[in-house]
Amino acid sequence: MIQMRNVYKKYPNGIVALNGMNVEIDQGEFVYVVGPSGAGKSTFIKMMYREERPTSGQMFVDGIDIATLKNSKVPLLRRQIGVVFQDFKLLPKLNVYENVAFALEVIEEKPEEIRKRVLKVLDLVGLKHKARMFPTELSGGEQQRVSIARSIVNKPKVVIADEPTGNLDPETSWDIMRLFEQINKSGTTILMATHNREIVNSMRHRVIAVEGGLIVRDVAGGDYGYEG
Amino acid sequence: MKARTLARHFRESLKSLGRNGWMTFASVSAVTVTLLLVGVFVLIMMNLNKVADDVENDVEMKVFIALETGQEDIDRLENEISVLPGVESVEFSTKEEELTDLILNFGDDFSLYEQNNPLFDVFYVKSTDPQQTEKVAGEISKIELIEKVEFGAGKIEKLFNVLNTGRNVGLVLILALLFTAMFLISNTIRITIVARRHEIEIMKLVGATNWFVRIPFILEGMWLGLLGSIIPIGLVAALYYNVTVYAEPRLKNEIFQLLEFSPFIYQVSALILLMGIFIGIWGSFMSIRKFLRV
Repeated sequence: MIQMRNVYKKYPNGIVALNGMNVEIDQGEFVYVVGPSGAGKSTFIKMMYREERPTSGQMFVDGIDIATLKNSKVPLLRRQIGVVFQDFKLLPKLNVYENVAFALEVIEEKPEEIRKRVLKVLDLVGLKHKARMFPTELSGGEQQRVSIARSIVNKPKVVIADEPTGNLDPETSWDIMRLFEQINKSGTTILMATHNREIVNSMRHRVIAVEGGLIVRDVAGGDYGYEG
Repeated sequence: MKARTLARHFRESLKSLGRNGWMTFASVSAVTVTLLLVGVFVLIMMNLNKVADDVENDVEMKVFIALETGQEDIDRLENEISVLPGVESVEFSTKEEELTDLILNFGDDFSLYEQNNPLFDVFYVKSTDPQQTEKVAGEISKIELIEKVEFGAGKIEKLFNVLNTGRNVGLVLILALLFTAMFLISNTIRITIVARRHEIEIMKLVGATNWFVRIPFILEGMWLGLLGSIIPIGLVAALYYNVTVYAEPRLKNEIFQLLEFSPFIYQVSALILLMGIFIGIWGSFMSIRKFLRV
């Protein structure tokens, strides 16, 4: 599903974010990416949807060559994967239904199909009754559920989540994590950057620890491994 | 792109006008004010141009035929002058007609001359290009049996200079005004797009192509231009209608006239509308460019 070979990333300001990273993630896996701030976690995640491009090395996501992908083809990559952000990134002027439908309008899906699938995922995340509300009228947890609904409405093979519980209280975080587990059960690969030690330690999955632009630990069913 | 998607873009652009109410208002106001200025200016310039043309076209030469020239020679002369390059029309007037004119214009004192008419038979000659009058006059005066040619030398040159300068200044002012208008409007639209760059980023992140993001914004720009041109068109038309109604009886006997209300005002309206739409589309297109690089 995701392969990285000797991926190296140097920003124009001279900072080396990834220093020859190698990793292989299979279809259907659930992977936590942990590590201190500034370790290269964000760059690693951003490369998955080509917001950043490797300086050198090889990288494939669902068979798409990230290093050589043309700018004009980036939208095609992004339709194959779902992305969930810490700050939700919902369109403020669209209501819940429209925010989710947007990901399907982009790929010019048929209206009846859009309607069917949007209602289905809103049901899955438990927000069907708030379909007409706007993001500002929702709680943080609800907004994150809308963004998760948007990320999976395309039926992607992989969902990338960048600290999805970072802005949420513990109670809500658990709800969100249960949703991710459920999505993973249906066969979707999940790659999640997180700082939440309790979650990593209790919902056990593969843990990749990144430090100094390198993978320093890669354990199936591992623990968070950092102090508080 | 599917027709359905285009329909979606149209719907979105219209919805967005409502959802960004104040920004819409700001942009439309900017378009309205500038187009109103441009519209009034075009009215003035086009009419000045028309007046200048009318005055120019009224310039004619008076060609004096030597005394005692027979009717045959006069006919021959008329032919000869009318085939000269640059001559548009030749009109013959006998010395009796000239005297009648004189008496009509300056009073009965001149009736003394009815016994012994001192005037010449003349041709009134118009040149195709009024600015070439002097040259044509020179050609005509070389023909034998032509006594002299009068055309207000010196005076009309000054007139032409004034008219030409006026036209050029007008053209430069209109261009400068248009440039300012486009700058102002594209900046206003840029502010509305900057406020929504977050939106554009999100669209790109869920896999929208550049054109998918761009088209609703461009259509929105088009609506802004369209809405912004309504008031200027209405005001300019009302203004010009009143001007023509006021001016028509007062200019009845003048050599120059204003442009007729119809079709001129329709042309100006179309011009304002097209400029509004073009400026709106161009403004959106230019402003959105740098926000698409996500």
